[in-house]
Amino acid sequence: MTARGEARLWLAQRAAGILLALAVAVHLATILYAVHRGLSAAAILARTRGNAAWLAFYLVFAAAAALHGGIGLRTVIREATAWRDRSLDLATAAFIVLATLAGWRAAAALFA
Amino acid sequence: MRDQLLRVSVWRGADEGRLVAYEVPARPSQTVLDVVTYIQRRLDPSLAYRFACRVGMCGSCAMTVNGIARWTCRTHVERVAKNSAIEIRPLANLQVIRDLVTDMTPFFEKWRRAEGRFVPATTPARDFAKVPPASRERRAADAGIECIGCGVCYASCDVVAWDPDYLGPAALNRAWTLVNDVRDGGNSDRLRAVAGDAGCHACHSHQSCALRCPKALDPTASIAGLKRVAARATLRGEL
Amino acid sequence: MNRIDWRARNHPAWWAALVHRVSGILLALFLPAHFWALARAIEGEARLESFLRWTENPLVRLAETVLVILLAAHLAGGLRILALEFLAWRDRQKTAIALSAGASLALGLCYLLNVF
Repeated sequence: MTARGEARLWLAQRAAGILLALAVAVHLATILYAVHRGLSAAAILARTRGNAAWLAFYLVFAAAAALHGGIGLRTVIREATAWRDRSLDLATAAFIVLATLAGWRAAAALFA
Repeated sequence: MRDQLLRVSVWRGADEGRLVAYEVPARPSQTVLDVVTYIQRRLDPSLAYRFACRVGMCGSCAMTVNGIARWTCRTHVERVAKNSAIEIRPLANLQVIRDLVTDMTPFFEKWRRAEGRFVPATTPARDFAKVPPASRERRAADAGIECIGCGVCYASCDVVAWDPDYLGPAALNRAWTLVNDVRDGGNSDRLRAVAGDAGCHACHSHQSCALRCPKALDPTASIAGLKRVAARATLRGEL
Repeated sequence: MNRIDWRARNHPAWWAALVHRVSGILLALFLPAHFWALARAIEGEARLESFLRWTENPLVRLAETVLVILLAAHLAGGLRILALEFLAWRDRQKTAIALSAGASLALGLCYLLNVF
């Protein structure tokens, strides 16, 4: 990949990282709160069903996590293995898209 | 002290080789370079090593001492010896020519590749350039300018070990001082040379370079500066 | 060519980078599994309920605690890197590393106390 491409990936990963810093803090707080109250399906669904703010948050969160993780894995693979050609970039893109879609599907199912 | 002996093991050979044990009398204020010199003059004249100024200016005597890259002329034995033992090897991440001498060619070649040379701005200077000492650029350049090119950071860098194409801390630090030189006109080429995965974006901030630099420079901070400049250029579509 | 000696790597910033990398890899691999399990579990309230009962298994709880610690450690380490890259922090590094480690362990303990 060109220097410009690498610079863009770096920027995208840092931007997603800044977003995630906020989102993960919220996520961790939610986990602690939810677990403290005792996990039950009814309680979770009561919080999430029809809650547009919750849905918006998790749509952004899932996409940012997939982007950040995908670029990170690509970097690790390039450094640790001999896999560095275009197929790795395509695999990275596939990981990001599929993980985002899986996350959106889960969020949508909890919303609907 | 006078009768004490240091147990010194020294790398002999090239990339293939072995550690050879020597016994060297301990002296007060003795440096690791003194120890190597003693071996070469008194015990084995075939030992190859490199030095010039002996006072921490030329950057030619760096070696791996007890596992850590150091300038040997300013490293006191009593600070690094463990139970009167020292292990001395050539720098890591460079081909060994013989014994303690490495081939520094790739190291300096990367300074060239990072556009580490001053490029005068196109208009011929009619007067001295006035660079206020307190200006942000001048202070940023000052922070990295004292590099003596010893290769300690390069030999301590994990990313150099993973990717032989990576420019490394010293070359990128040099590029950062030039990016901050207001008289320089070569920054668009330089930025293209230092961006990307063989350049500043490969740095993971392990900070071994900053920790080991004998001049207490902080190449990690210089590389972070390059990342910020590259990010700005990327957003403006200038990279 | 000589390799870098392990003794040269024994310093706080190096360990912080290692923790960041290992936690990052594990979290990135966990992410698709997390989404997949969630999507399957929420095919119905009963299904989600049975999935949640499965997670009451102490081993699963322990794994969850490890994940929470990994997430907290990666978050704290990430803030450190952002500070280093964008705010040009220099001297406060060791303090930042210590704070990161402390905060992530504290969060993990919180989680542990909550679930057991």
